[in-house]
Amino acid sequence: MIENVQFKLNGKAIKITIDSDRMLLWVLRTDFGLTGTKYGCGEGICGACTVLVNNEAVRSCQTSIKEIKDKDVVTIEGLVKDGKLHPLQKAFAEHDALQCGYCTPGMIMTAASFLKKNPKPTRKDVIEGMDDNLCRCGAYNRIIQAVQSAAKKMNGGN
Amino acid sequence: MNQEKILELDFKDSRDSYLLDRREFLKVAGGGIFILFSMWDVSVFAQERQSRGRQGLPTDFNAFLKIGEDGRITLFTGKIEMGQGVITSLAQELADELDVSLDSVGMVMGDTDLCPYDMGTFGSMSTRFFGPPLRAAGAEAKRVLLELASERLNVPVKNLVVENGIVIDAKNKRDKVSYAQLAKGKKIAKHISSTVPVKRPSEFKIIGKPENRRDAVEKVTGKAKYSGDIQLAGMLYAKILRPPAHGAKLVDVDLSEARKIKDVEIIHEGELVAVLHKYPDIAETALQKIKAKYDLPKTNIDDKNIFQHLLDSKPKGEVVEKEGDVKSGEKESENIIEQTYYDGYKAHAPIEPHTAVVKIEDGKATVWASTQTPFGAKEEVAKELNIPAKNVRVIPPFLGGGFGGKSRNVQILEAARLAKLSGKPVQVAWSREEEFFLDSFRPAAIVKIKSGITKKGKINLWDYSVYFAGERGSLVFYNIPNFRTTVYGSGGRGIASAHPFATGPWRAPGNNTNTFARESQIDIMAEKAGMDPFEFRMQNLTDKKMRNVLQRAAEKFGWKHAKASSGRGYGIACGIDAGTSVAAIAEVDVNKKTGHVQVKRVVCAQDMGLAVNPEGATIQMEGCITMGMGYALKEDIHFRNGEINDLNFDTYEIPRFSWLPKIETIIIDNKEADPQGGGEPAIVVMGAVIANAIYDAVGARLFQMPMTPERILEALKKG
Ligand code: FES
Ligand code: FES
Repeated sequence: MIENVQFKLNGKAIKITIDSDRMLLWVLRTDFGLTGTKYGCGEGICGACTVLVNNEAVRSCQTSIKEIKDKDVVTIEGLVKDGKLHPLQKAFAEHDALQCGYCTPGMIMTAASFLKKNPKPTRKDVIEGMDDNLCRCGAYNRIIQAVQSAAKKMNGGN
Repeated sequence: MNQEKILELDFKDSRDSYLLDRREFLKVAGGGIFILFSMWDVSVFAQERQSRGRQGLPTDFNAFLKIGEDGRITLFTGKIEMGQGVITSLAQELADELDVSLDSVGMVMGDTDLCPYDMGTFGSMSTRFFGPPLRAAGAEAKRVLLELASERLNVPVKNLVVENGIVIDAKNKRDKVSYAQLAKGKKIAKHISSTVPVKRPSEFKIIGKPENRRDAVEKVTGKAKYSGDIQLAGMLYAKILRPPAHGAKLVDVDLSEARKIKDVEIIHEGELVAVLHKYPDIAETALQKIKAKYDLPKTNIDDKNIFQHLLDSKPKGEVVEKEGDVKSGEKESENIIEQTYYDGYKAHAPIEPHTAVVKIEDGKATVWASTQTPFGAKEEVAKELNIPAKNVRVIPPFLGGGFGGKSRNVQILEAARLAKLSGKPVQVAWSREEEFFLDSFRPAAIVKIKSGITKKGKINLWDYSVYFAGERGSLVFYNIPNFRTTVYGSGGRGIASAHPFATGPWRAPGNNTNTFARESQIDIMAEKAGMDPFEFRMQNLTDKKMRNVLQRAAEKFGWKHAKASSGRGYGIACGIDAGTSVAAIAEVDVNKKTGHVQVKRVVCAQDMGLAVNPEGATIQMEGCITMGMGYALKEDIHFRNGEINDLNFDTYEIPRFSWLPKIETIIIDNKEADPQGGGEPAIVVMGAVIANAIYDAVGARLFQMPMTPERILEALKKG
C-alpha cells in the first residue's frame, strides 16, 4: 500500500511516501543508499541483513516498512558517532573478526542488540545469542572474542 | 548517494587508455619509478602468457609497482581480495623490501584496465608464486632509489640507510632525501625477470609480523563496496526467470501479469526471460507473477544413485604416480584392506551471492562483479557483446567470499546481455535460491583403495583410484614401496555427461575428498596392525616436514597412545595442499542416540614455509577448520531429475557459532623456506580427522561424507 510513513533512520527523522509492503532491506539499500546492510538469504536465516529497530535486532529482509512506522531504525552506518567507531566496530577490527566482511555488518548489529540485554556475556552466552548469524568464512571464534572485549570496554573496563 | 564518486576515489589512477604495450603503458601511467615484474614459475606463467597474448596485452610482466611522485607506493596486481587477506600480506612484503611503513603502500587489485593480466585468484597461488617476484621488485625499486639518492646526496650507496621511505646518509644523518623527492619528475621503468637479492629473514621488519587486516575499518563500518553496492544512475535491477530443474526446457511463458507492474521492463529473448526495475524487490515481485511451463527432464539421477552413475560414466583412468609393483606388494602383505569412500556434492555458499553490474557506453563496457577471474571475465564479456576485449573493463570490488565458486562468470554474462538489450546499466544479483541452483558444485566423487600392511605394521601396498575428485591431494607421502595412483576424470568440470549440473573448484579442490579417503584408510590399517594411529603414521613416514607437524600437533594436543576405538573420541589426519604440510588432531563427542557429533577441540599444525603474515595465516587456518566441519558433517546437495532440493541455509546447513570447537593452531617457524599456500591446506584434513575421531569415540566407521546423524546411526547399527 502506498502511504506516508515516518520513522527515524540513524538518528534522522524521515518522512516518505512509499509502498509500505516493501521490505526494509531493499528500501535501505536502494532508496537510502545505505548499502552496509547486506542480503544473504532473503528468508531470515543468515542474519546478514540485521539492523536495529528500537534497539532490537531485526532481520530487515523480513521486516516491511509498515512495521517500522514511527520507530527508530539504526543501520551499521549509524553506529559511527562523531566520526568515532562504535566499540563493537573497533573490537571487530582489532580482533580481525572478519575475512570477506560480508556478514560483518549483520554480526555487529546483532551483537549491539545482544549486548544491551546481556552486557557481560560469557563465551557460551555469545554463542547462544548469535547462533542465528552465519559466516561462511568461519570467523566465529574471533567474533566471540571481539564481542566479549567490546562488552568489557562498554562497561568501562579496558 | 553517488556510488561512482566513491569508486573514483578508490581508483584514482583510472584513465581511458588501455595497457596495450609497454611504451603505451608508460605514456599513460604518470610520473614516478616503475618496476615491472612477472611470476617466475614458468609452468604457472606459460598459460598466462598465452591468454595475455590473445588479449593483446603485454606478455612480459603481470604486475607492477609504482613509486609515485608523491612518494606513495602502489602495487598494481590482477589478484583480488575475497577474504583471504592478500590485501594485507602482499603489501607487507612490498613495504618490508622497500623499507617503508605498511600504510604508505596502496593496492590496486584486479582492475583489468589498471593492472596487468592475471590468470585469477585461486589455488593458494598468490603468496606462493607471486610473493617472491614481488619482493624482488621491491628490492629492485629500493636499489634504484638508493642509486638516485647516492647521486643526489653525493654519498656512496653503501653509506646510505633507509628509514620509512627516507634515504639517510649514515655518517651524516642530516643529509637525507625522501622517496617522494627522488621520484619527482622521473619516469623510470625497470623490468625484472630474474632473481634480485632480497632481504634475509633476519632483516625482516614487517614480513613475518602479525598485522591486522587493512580493510577492516571499511568492512566494520559498512563502507566497503561489494558488487551489489554499486549503484549507477539509471541502473535497473534484473531478475531472471529460472527453470525448476537443470535440463528443463521452457515451452510457454505468460508475462501479462508481470507487465501490469508499474515501470517494469521485460526482456524476452529465446530462453532468456528477465524483468527489470529500478528496485530489486519490485523486480522480484514481477518475476513471481510470470507463469511459465517447462518440459521437465527425466534423468532419474538423484543424490543416492549418483555414485553408480558416475562410476558407469567414468572416463579413462590415468596413472599419475607409481612405484614398485602393486601385485607383489599384495602378495607380500599380511593384511589387505579394500574400501570405497564416497563424497557428495557441496555448494560454495558464500554469503554474498554472485553479483554483477554492467554499463555499456559508446561501445565500451564497464563491469563491477564478484569474480575470482576478472581477466577471464573481460574476454567472456567481449565475446558476449561482440566487441574487442580492450573495450571491456572489469573492476572487482570486494568479494563476499569465493572459495572457488566465483571463478565462473555466468552472472556477469547475464548482466552484460541484459545491459545490451535494455540499453541501460544493469545489476544482476542472484538470490540465495539462484546461488544454490546455479552454483558449480564441488563434484561428487568416489575413491577406491586397496592397501596392505606387513606383519610389522609397514604399509606395503597402496593401490589408489579416485573418480571425479581429481589429482590434488591424491599423491602418496607415506613410505610405501609399492604404490599406484590412478585418476579418473578431473576434479573440475568432469566429463560433460557425468554430472547433472555444473561442477568446479571448491576450496582445495579434490584434496578434501582424497584426504578423507586416504587418512581414513590409514587409521583402518593402524587398527589392523594393532597400533595407535599416531605411532602407525610415524612408523610409515620419513617426510621430515610431515613428521614435524604431526609431532607438534600431538604434543600440543597431549596425545596419549591408545588403539582405536578407545572411547576417547580422538582422531588424527595429515595432508599436503599447495605445498603446505598440515596435521590435525580432533576430539569429538558423539551422541549414540541421535547420531549428533559435536567437535570439541581441534589442534592443527602447519608448515607453510615463510608465513608472511602469521596473523592472516592463523585466521585462514581457523576459517578452514570451521568451514571444513561443514562438508564433513552436514553439507550435501540433494537433488533429483535435475531439481536441486537444497536452496537455502535451512536445509543446506553450514557451520554456525554453536558448532565451534576449541581451535588451537600452530604455524611452524620456517622463515628460511619459500612461502607456501595458506588459504586452503587446513581444510583438507577436516573430513578424516572427524571420521577417525568418530570411530575412536563409538566404533562407527563412516565411508561417506557428509557424516550425518543418520549415517552415523546406520554405521553404529552395523557396528
Ligand atoms: S538476508 Fe535477511 S536473514 Fe539472510
Ligand atoms: S567474514 Fe566472510 S562471511 Fe563472515
